[in-house]
Amino acid sequence: MTDMRYLAPSTLDEAVGAFAAAAGAARILAGGTDILVQMRAGMVQPGLIVDIKKIPELTGIEETADGGFVIGAAVSGAVLYEHPRFGEVWPGVLEAINLIGSTQVQGRASAGGNLCNGSPAGDSVPAMIAAGATVTVQGPNGRRQMPVEAVPAGPGRTNLTPGEILVSFTLPPRAKGASDAYLRMIPRTEMDIAVVGCGVNLTLKDGVCTAARVGLGAVAPTVLLVEAAAKALIGSKLDDAAIETAAAACRAACRPIDDKRGTIVYRTKVAGVLLKRTVAIAADRAGRA
Amino acid sequence: MNEISNKWIGTNTIRPDGADKVTGRAAYAADTSMPGMIWGRVLRSPHPHARIKSIDTSKAEALQGVKAVVTSKDIVEFPVDKPVALGIQDMRWMSRNVMAREKALFHGHPVAAVAAMSEAIAAEACKLIEVDYEVLPWAIEIEDALKPDAPILHDFVQFEGKPSNIAGTLEHKLGDIEAGFAKADVVIERSFTTRPVHQGYIETHACLVSVLSDGKTTIWSSSQGQFMVRAMTSLLTGIPQSSIRAIPAEIGGGFGGKTIVYLEPLATMLSKKSGRPVKMVMSREEVMRATGPTSGSTSTVKIGATKDGTIVAAQGVFYLQAGCFPGSPIRGAAGCAFAPYNIANVVSRGFDVVSNRSKVAAYRAPGAPIGAYAVECVLDEVAEALKIDPLDLRIKNAAREGTKAAHGPVYPRIGLLETMESARKHPHYKAPLGKFQGRGVASGYWFNAGGESSAQVNITEDGNVVVTTGHPDIGGSRAAIANIAAELLGIDYRRVSVLIGDTATVGYSNLTGGSRVLFASAIVVTDSAEQVIGQLKARAAKIWGISADAVVWENGEARPSGDHTGNFPTMTLAEIAAKATETGGPIGAGVQLNTTGAEGGFSTHICDVEVDVDLGIVRVLRYTSFQDVGRAIHPAYVEGQIQGGAVQGIGWALNEEYIYNKKGHVDNPGFLDYRMPVCSDMPMLDAVMIEIPNPKHPQGVRGVGEVPLVPVMAAVANAVHSALGKRYYSLPMSPPKVLEGLDEGTLQAAE
Ligand SMILES: Cc1cc2nc3c(=O)[nH]c(=O)nc-3n(C[C@H](O)[C@H](O)[C@H](O)COP(=O)(O)OP(=O)(O)OC[C@H]3O[C@@H](n4cnc5c(N)ncnc54)[C@H](O)[C@@H]3O)c2cc1C
Repeated sequence: MTDMRYLAPSTLDEAVGAFAAAAGAARILAGGTDILVQMRAGMVQPGLIVDIKKIPELTGIEETADGGFVIGAAVSGAVLYEHPRFGEVWPGVLEAINLIGSTQVQGRASAGGNLCNGSPAGDSVPAMIAAGATVTVQGPNGRRQMPVEAVPAGPGRTNLTPGEILVSFTLPPRAKGASDAYLRMIPRTEMDIAVVGCGVNLTLKDGVCTAARVGLGAVAPTVLLVEAAAKALIGSKLDDAAIETAAAACRAACRPIDDKRGTIVYRTKVAGVLLKRTVAIAADRAGRA
Repeated sequence: MNEISNKWIGTNTIRPDGADKVTGRAAYAADTSMPGMIWGRVLRSPHPHARIKSIDTSKAEALQGVKAVVTSKDIVEFPVDKPVALGIQDMRWMSRNVMAREKALFHGHPVAAVAAMSEAIAAEACKLIEVDYEVLPWAIEIEDALKPDAPILHDFVQFEGKPSNIAGTLEHKLGDIEAGFAKADVVIERSFTTRPVHQGYIETHACLVSVLSDGKTTIWSSSQGQFMVRAMTSLLTGIPQSSIRAIPAEIGGGFGGKTIVYLEPLATMLSKKSGRPVKMVMSREEVMRATGPTSGSTSTVKIGATKDGTIVAAQGVFYLQAGCFPGSPIRGAAGCAFAPYNIANVVSRGFDVVSNRSKVAAYRAPGAPIGAYAVECVLDEVAEALKIDPLDLRIKNAAREGTKAAHGPVYPRIGLLETMESARKHPHYKAPLGKFQGRGVASGYWFNAGGESSAQVNITEDGNVVVTTGHPDIGGSRAAIANIAAELLGIDYRRVSVLIGDTATVGYSNLTGGSRVLFASAIVVTDSAEQVIGQLKARAAKIWGISADAVVWENGEARPSGDHTGNFPTMTLAEIAAKATETGGPIGAGVQLNTTGAEGGFSTHICDVEVDVDLGIVRVLRYTSFQDVGRAIHPAYVEGQIQGGAVQGIGWALNEEYIYNKKGHVDNPGFLDYRMPVCSDMPMLDAVMIEIPNPKHPQGVRGVGEVPLVPVMAAVANAVHSALGKRYYSLPMSPPKVLEGLDEGTLQAAE
């Protein structure tokens, strides 16, 4: 029965101003595919909605001079899919974002919303972490940068401070022989929530893995960067032993819960399986990159 | 049998409801509104089992914007010791299901309802209702409900002389079971469990009800039977049926789940008390907590066969969850389980078990898939033990004309054997399989039903046709009836418009259920159309001044025959209609009947799966259903029924289940975590329609809507067994369960 206000500012400063002024009663609206569902279920009842889709910086995709990418936090999956270059350079990040929901959801859902929603099962997050992406955040006290893995604080929570808005993702330039992949386990084939999600980003030089990052979703309160798994891959020729060590590292990193979406035992086993399969895809792509 | 031109019967004419549905114009129950309308909302029990000591609604009533509050005091009470049957329901339980009376029996059980100026005010008012509960211990699963110290839901339910949660039993017997097993060379006995599954209709329950001060009541709602809505609402509110007009909305799926009422009596009482039209729409969460599903089960099946593959004895014991009130479909489970086979010695028993979950509702061939799952899996093991091909085993023992079934009938001409033989010969059965891939087969039976139907066929002044029937169309009945009427009258199907009448405009028609609608309505439409043709011939005869016997009706025209052949130019339907006023008045006929002769339906399925053995995921690669469809009046719709049954069964087999938390609440009350299959989960589902016309029907129609679901879970389970060499005895075969069951030994053997 409370009134709700809606603002769609065209500048970031305006958005931050209004968001900060409302002090907790406001929510940011990107695609709305999480927040509107939560409002309908009565989980949140914001007094102010700040729609960020009218702000150019949050809706643009820029390929930087050094070959990196800056993606606005509110760019939808469908728009990113249509970018002529992004999918070539970051196929794993793109496939992770494009796995979110259905065609209809893709027209709205953003990577920024996926990250800020704080779900440990968000599909784009492990891929972004594996990519080594950083985010730019702006709040009443100015701008700051942080790695993607530093954003989630726990289920439904982030480390953004009051009034802060996620502005963009920055993906680093790509070396030759680098590629990435993302896989998730869901019981169905789509329209489902990851029981485990795994993002792998690696660089191959003469068959040897020279760099790697592994992100693991839905196995802990936040999406994990599994450094031990990356370490097992780096320096190896991605032979069975190295991959098995990396898989074991993923299993060891799991701190899942037993819930309606999966058991501890199941999630832990699956984490290792997905690591192996994701590495295989990323390596195959890297071999061609 | 009508062997006339068959210009329309058997063709895929354009469905009359199609354009409205794809453009969003179709009016479902929630699309209706009225001036002055207010919103109703249900307050539901937060406990799975609790005695209701008192309810204080005064604070809610005092809230600004609240117009009425109802509790069980406003619903007609049916004493527990006097059964009042209405169809397969009993009003004692319906009354207590729509509004808890002595006790709340599941989490989500309605305890009060409010009508207010807005949904938000109604929700606020619900929070102000004070219910004093005495929380009781509860039991959700069958094994918990059957424990010696289980909490008893209903003191008046007795089994073997003691209060019990076993609310009913049923037994079918044939021959001498002991003697039968004594003859067997192989006897296999296995136990199975299945989980309750929801019908999963997309449209949630909704209604709009207006009660005027003179008591005249109009109900717009989504249901599988406007006459059921009228009867139940009348019984539960005390308003006579003649004062209630129930108007069926376009329906967004039912699958049996809309054969009972939930909201209509509450909205009626809220409207009566407030003097305003009241609208109620369930959320998906309410649907998942408080409506449907079909039963979960535990069953044990024992089958004995001789070396040559003759089944000599079969025994089944089926425990089915009823939810919180008696009435699980044990008849479907125990009755259909062995019905596809010619077995001399059979005992089939059903037990109806109540527990603290929502009351079950019908779901496509209620109970039958549960029975078939257990029986068809055991048959697979018998075939394996005897080293006989599983289809050959079934063919050898298939019921046929003259077979006496354990549940009673002696079959007339049936098409079961044809379904099996056509599966045996089909390329699907011989297609190669790869690693961790497997193939399963299963057969199934469903009773089908006849019952009351009414139809009115009217010729419009411009010479077209309006057919009104009384069954909500959930599976294509309007399209099929248009085909039949066009065929009989010899006109283009586009000149026939088929409408579903409301309770004030068409005669009593029983539920859309039991695969009965086209069977029954085709009979009354045929009778009506034949009367109309008689009238048309008489009118032409009058115009020509000859005897009506000398007129024939052909290709939509009256033609003089016999001695009068060629004496007069033929008259079209339009020409006769144009002269109707001068020749005797409007042309039309109505027929109301209790139809009989709905013979059972049989089906045999082949399923191929592949198992991802690292993740435990089972994917269906190929699926073919072979069904005796009697006569496919509108083949695309029949195919749709067959495919729909396969999808629902695959969901039941692989992923669908209710998950309860420690508090006895459903933990997955939505489509995200209650995993029905999505399109991309399915291969193209093939349907092979075998037409063995029902000899007792003018067009040869057999019910086709339910048997498509019956064999599915068994076919999938048998395919998984064939892929892995390992059998799972409980559903769903969800990834964690499948993975847990796989060890190195099994995998090596499977490779
Ligand atoms: C049918 C359906 C299917 C789905 N399937 C999937 C799936 O497969 N995988 C998956 O991961 N998710 C899925 N989701 C969830 C959802 O679509 C994703 O999390 C999506 O990425 C959210 O993006 P959005 O732009 O819609 O976020 P919104 O709903 O707009 O926002 C989500 C949250 O983040 C906050 N927020 C958004 N942008 C910012 C910002 N720039 N700065 C600060 N806070 C911000 C909002 O306030 C809100 O709390 C599904 C949802 C639906 C409805």
